[in-house]
Amino acid sequence: MIEVRHLTKRYGGHTAVSDLSFTIEPGRIYGFLGPNGAGKSTTMNIITGCLGPTEGEVLVDGHNVIDEPMAAKKCIGYLPELPPVYPDMTVTEYLKFVLRAKGVRRADWDAQLRRAMDRTKLHDVAGRLIGNLSKGYRQRVGIAQALLGSPKVIILDEPTVGLDPAQIIEIRELIRSLGKDHVVVLSSHILSEVQAVCDEIMIIAHGKLVASDTAENLTALMAGGAHTMLTVRGGEDDVRGVLDGVEGIERVIPMPAGEGETAVQLVTAGGADVREAMFFAFAKANMPILEMKRERATLEDVFLELTGSDPAHEKEAEQA
Amino acid sequence: MTAIFRKELGGYFRGMLGYLFTAFMLIVAGIYTMAYHLSGAYSNFAYVLDSVSFLFVIAVPVLSMRTFAEERKQKTDQLLYALPVPMSGVVLGKYLAMVAVLAVPVAILALYPLILSQFGSVSLPTAYGALVAFFLLGAALLSVGLFLSSLTDSQVASAVMTLVAMLVIYLMNGLADFVSSEASASLMALIVLALVFAVILYLLSKNPIVALGAAALIVGGLCGAYVMDASLFEGLFAEIMNGLSVFDRFYGFVGGIFDWKAVVYDLSVIAVFLFLTVQSMEKRRWSE
Repeated sequence: MIEVRHLTKRYGGHTAVSDLSFTIEPGRIYGFLGPNGAGKSTTMNIITGCLGPTEGEVLVDGHNVIDEPMAAKKCIGYLPELPPVYPDMTVTEYLKFVLRAKGVRRADWDAQLRRAMDRTKLHDVAGRLIGNLSKGYRQRVGIAQALLGSPKVIILDEPTVGLDPAQIIEIRELIRSLGKDHVVVLSSHILSEVQAVCDEIMIIAHGKLVASDTAENLTALMAGGAHTMLTVRGGEDDVRGVLDGVEGIERVIPMPAGEGETAVQLVTAGGADVREAMFFAFAKANMPILEMKRERATLEDVFLELTGSDPAHEKEAEQA
Repeated sequence: MTAIFRKELGGYFRGMLGYLFTAFMLIVAGIYTMAYHLSGAYSNFAYVLDSVSFLFVIAVPVLSMRTFAEERKQKTDQLLYALPVPMSGVVLGKYLAMVAVLAVPVAILALYPLILSQFGSVSLPTAYGALVAFFLLGAALLSVGLFLSSLTDSQVASAVMTLVAMLVIYLMNGLADFVSSEASASLMALIVLALVFAVILYLLSKNPIVALGAAALIVGGLCGAYVMDASLFEGLFAEIMNGLSVFDRFYGFVGGIFDWKAVVYDLSVIAVFLFLTVQSMEKRRWSE
């Protein structure tokens, strides 16, 4: 449906996107995931024809965005980072303007309008000026605008930024329902959002595609990074002595622990499960295990590993 | 294009701007009609249009300042780029909407000569010829305003730039008269003009080499020509200024001459500035 080939965009000396290539297939929801400034918006702007690439090309449904912009743009509904709405128009006026600009036949207007407003639950505010609407409603007007003309591809740039939790859940459900009839591409810097909504996750960092797979596969990719937390009553030297006798342990990382206890994090070869062996080893040494837990790598670890950035502040933003 | 045109035209009349513009033009035209025709008993309606034409200096920036500047500020230009409408359609739609707003007071003014002719003899051909020229003058100035609005994302900057441009265009003949007709004075004035052109070129292209190169080329050429034959430059500056002035051409119509060259000139100005506007918008897609 969309083919991106060796896309590069430079702003003066700064490279926003470098040699990006990927293909987007119909019938799926795609998520661009990456830290702020990774090149997500730039990529989306190029796909939608808002920006010209420095190098490379984009084909939308077989139409080159540069050579046949009109044909390519007719296949795409786009919601930029800020909803492109005019505050001095009412919701209906605005949507009719977009219908006319997209060249939709007048006979189809009512059906299109009803469908877009049903999906985004805009009927209550249809006659109000967009300038008087809340951020959440403006975002919905922006999404409704993208739906008009029933484009094959819908591209949403950070669709849930600035919305309250209830609205975020609504928009996510809307995106999932859109995924049934359209190819949806969305971007986000929030992991759980992409994980919750998307079939396929593309992780972008520093303008490069670093991973592209389903959430499950990406997590499995990191299974090798699974580790075991262990707390034992006894001195650290004794604990290390016992662990030396257990096969498969690659690394022992000491962790803070209470008085007379030793806590360690264990990394095993290939993520092997060594809990049973440890139980018997410590039992034999007569040292009680107070706590033992195996932790799988999360998508967050994958993200951290691949982008080399700290998602802590993004987690905060998500909670806030 | 029709979508953009309707949206823009609606925008002028949803807010106050369209009404304000119409009222402003009509009030001033009304005052002059009173003074010239009712009190002064002149029979040439073109005098009113002549006096009202200075209003464009203020009215054009008011109409044109928000066209593209506001879209950029509100980031709604992203929608214009993403919609399946070519940039030329967007520019033309916006431009024609402004021209349509201008047509409202002009259409009302078109009634004045008919009303006046009920009470005395009014030269209708002169009156309507001048009205057409008045409309074209406004349309040409609006295209300059549209272009200047596409250069910035601030309405204020857009308004100020357009106001200065309108003043310069309005005063062009007067400015030319300040420069003495001696060859050396003409040369100096032209060099200053070339430097201003180079600064504008630099601001648009952000490329110092191109701007300096252009300045050096023009100044060098001027100096070279001056050394060869200084008499060429006698009164040249005033001639060029008068040649470029859109207002000067309008004054011919007031005298009762329907000058087709002036019509072609106004249409050329419109075509050039609409083209430049499209280029300015397309450029942003490629650099930024």
